[in-house]
Amino acid sequence: MIPQDLKYNESHEWVKPEDDIATIGITDYAQSEIQDIVYVELPEVGTHLTHKTEFGVIESVKAAFDLYAPVSGEVIEVNESLLDTPEQVNESPYDDGWFLKIKMTDSSELDALLDADSYQAYIEAEHA
Amino acid sequence: MKRTPLYEVHKSLYAKFTEFGGWEMPLQYTSIVKEHLAVRETVGLFDLSHMGEIDVEGQGANELVQKLCTNDVSRLTDGQVQYTLLCNEAGGIVDDILIYRHADNDYTLVVNAANIEKDFAWVKTHNDADAEVSDTSDDTALIALQGPRAMDVLYRFTPENLAYEIKFFQFGVSRVAGISTAISRTGYTGEIGFELYVEASDAENLWEALYLAVKEEGGQPVGLGARDTLRLEAGLRLYGMDMDENTTPLEAGLGRFVKLDKGDFIGKDVLLAQKEKGDLKKKLVGFQMLDRAVARCGYDVHQDGNVVGKVTSGAPSPSLNCNIGFASISPNTGKSIEIEIRGKLYPAKIVKVPFI
Repeated sequence: MIPQDLKYNESHEWVKPEDDIATIGITDYAQSEIQDIVYVELPEVGTHLTHKTEFGVIESVKAAFDLYAPVSGEVIEVNESLLDTPEQVNESPYDDGWFLKIKMTDSSELDALLDADSYQAYIEAEHA
Repeated sequence: MKRTPLYEVHKSLYAKFTEFGGWEMPLQYTSIVKEHLAVRETVGLFDLSHMGEIDVEGQGANELVQKLCTNDVSRLTDGQVQYTLLCNEAGGIVDDILIYRHADNDYTLVVNAANIEKDFAWVKTHNDADAEVSDTSDDTALIALQGPRAMDVLYRFTPENLAYEIKFFQFGVSRVAGISTAISRTGYTGEIGFELYVEASDAENLWEALYLAVKEEGGQPVGLGARDTLRLEAGLRLYGMDMDENTTPLEAGLGRFVKLDKGDFIGKDVLLAQKEKGDLKKKLVGFQMLDRAVARCGYDVHQDGNVVGKVTSGAPSPSLNCNIGFASISPNTGKSIEIEIRGKLYPAKIVKVPFI
């Protein structure tokens, strides 16, 4: 199930905008492809993220995967609990497994992201 | 890419596939961690039909295998298996293999999938003794049962107590679920287990029989992802990563499989000189990360501000809950090293292998 109220990046991050604050994580599809997540490396509070550039890394048993910022802004909160329990990203990608909250510098970047239906179509095409 | 006779079976089990040594193989069926733990706790079922088999038989076979292998093949009796290396004239490792002795002058070499053509050519090139050499890889399937319940699974399908009687690194030909099978008490996981060689056309029937029994024992099929973490924990090297033609057995920490007193073999002069002078160019060590970051193949190893080598295998260990690996480093490196991960140095310590 792809939540209707989120926006999506083609690199499989989701964004939940609330005013100028955006919560970021990876999608259920991404976690199921990556599987067995053992480590999440995230930037510190205060770091400035730039739209479409790398901001962190997920490690599974098999490989490392880069994370890309869906929108630009300053990191205001990091989900510290992922350091000890990275498996939350597998178990609850849209809730307990969130990564960051950022203060967006340009909320118009949201318009370029996919909505739930477009993202669904995108992953079906990628999987075909 | 090449496919094993069990490709369709893996597809029906919703396996995720990966390319390995030119083969399209199952990476995982459920999750690498679950599959790994199934082998440690119950039993796992593996398709290893990508591995190659080269038969060496007839007059001259004894002489040929003894010339090719670093280990002493003359110590084998019928029905015994030996781990050995094939080296080139410079002492570099051409492949690491298992050699099976069926009878005097009758052997099978089981070789790595990516090296089948290379090894077959290598064996033929050195066949001055005129042995009969044939590549039977395409006609042979290999299914492994590994884990503490492997014997209980095999017992259901074999006559008498055969499953409990074959000793480590021995094999025997019998029927498993009615199928003619070479049953070998070997494996690549660090657990008790068997490798079962059958005709390619029998692979599906054998798999189906074993699959149900494995499920009943609480186990499951296991892909190459978990095979890699299992062998790493068990301290077993992987050809192409932890060793290659530019690595000697001594540099790979495999000196005990080189018998310098057995008579002549390819690479002996170099290996003897290397052992006597102790002038290894590098050494393979096991390491454990002190941090949660994962060291992977190819990452630089540092000590005191210098790069002293590279990680050759690295992964999170599902059994130990820490990150482990092999590194090939300068021989005089101390116990404390650092590994460069995405531009940052993370501490690690050199530890004894096997890790478990």
